Amino acid sequence: MKQVNLTINGQKYSGRAEPRTLLTYFLRDELGLTGTHIGCVVGKCGACTVILNGKAVKSCTLFALQAEGSEILTVEGLAKGSQLHPIQEAFWEHHGLQCGYCTPGMLLATYDLLRRKPNPSEAEIREGISGNLCMCTGYVNIVKAVKAAAGKMSPAKKPKARLSRASAP
Amino acid sequence: MIPRPFELHSPSTVSEALSLLKNSKDSKVLAGGQSLVPLMKLRLVSPANLVDLGKIPGLSYMREEKGHLLIGSMTTHNEVATSPTIDRKCRTLSEAASLIGDQQVRNRGTIGGTICHADPAGDIPAAVVALDAELKVAGRRQRRVIKARDFFEDVLTTSLRRDEILTEVKVPVLPPGSGGAYLKLGRGASDLATVGVAAVITLDRAGRCRDARLGLAGVGPTPIRASRAEDVLKGQTPSDDLVAKAAEEASESSNPSSDIRGSAEYKREMVKVYVKRAVRQSLARVR
Repeated sequence: MKQVNLTINGQKYSGRAEPRTLLTYFLRDELGLTGTHIGCVVGKCGACTVILNGKAVKSCTLFALQAEGSEILTVEGLAKGSQLHPIQEAFWEHHGLQCGYCTPGMLLATYDLLRRKPNPSEAEIREGISGNLCMCTGYVNIVKAVKAAAGKMSPAKKPKARLSRASAP
Repeated sequence: MIPRPFELHSPSTVSEALSLLKNSKDSKVLAGGQSLVPLMKLRLVSPANLVDLGKIPGLSYMREEKGHLLIGSMTTHNEVATSPTIDRKCRTLSEAASLIGDQQVRNRGTIGGTICHADPAGDIPAAVVALDAELKVAGRRQRRVIKARDFFEDVLTTSLRRDEILTEVKVPVLPPGSGGAYLKLGRGASDLATVGVAAVITLDRAGRCRDARLGLAGVGPTPIRASRAEDVLKGQTPSDDLVAKAAEEASESSNPSSDIRGSAEYKREMVKVYVKRAVRQSLARVR
């Protein structure tokens, strides 16, 4: 077992891991950050997507020890208290989820896409989230949500303070 | 699932990595992990020791030197795909890199890793074979340069020795009058190639084909260099008929197996379709 130290959502975390402990399991089981989901075995579904040192990665394809000293953004880091991130708002407003299982990965893939392409076309959206599988929605509302999120985040719009109706967990 | 237990080593130099490979039992190099880690999770491979190259500085770079692009083996697919230099000087390679997997896979997967993994349906192996790339390999006692054409021996098997590391991929810049493309038929997102075609066409001032290169992915145990198809094009002025003839020849040179991605017959037919498209795209890009 080794100690792993890293920064997640701006906070320092430390936990223990074996070499074979995958980053997803480390985040969930060791650090209690269960927002990152496990959807498959083979690195295909993207439900485990996190942003590692600025890049979207499937956390199930990395060992926790490899993330020593890194900066990670997980889905828990999107909202600020009870204020949802514009991407979360857009997914909510456009019903870009049903069971919610793929959603954390989708939100972070969207986050990554919109940083690279702030105004993506539909084709670019579909390509940009192609590493994230959804069994419920057929992707139609997800694409709409991403487009809406791009609109909310465009520099032309003044940021509005929006509060979620649900209380923060 | 969880991989079997193993020791993870994170050397900080190539020499250290080479010693670890030599001295530890049942050891394997870990690069981006996008092929290896899923295999370990399925327990199809369970190396006792992993030598992680991720902490070694100086293995990730892209530069141009004397008519060649030199790419460090740990350069990620997205770095290759989005490099303006590689796009300008060797579109075949940047396009191949851009079509691998998906965004997350391309952020971790490396050019060296995918070459050494040598999946028959891999995009980069077909591209480097078509491009006559050279692979710089480091061993404890010697460095070697292996031509890409000689590197891929069989399914998931290369001429890399157990205690060697690929450090650099050297790709010739496309000469003036060239256009290059990489086209891929896949089952949808995040897949390897059902059929992939890497193409480079070079025309002389009279519009005749001075050189043609075609590398095929997914239709043999290793990438296939469709030399007979190239010979159909060389010295001739490209026409629809000529391109169709070359595509037919490429299809005959291919040796696909029936598997979950399609029947051998389907793949052979798709070689024709995609070679035609790749040659046309390359011609459209000639400059």
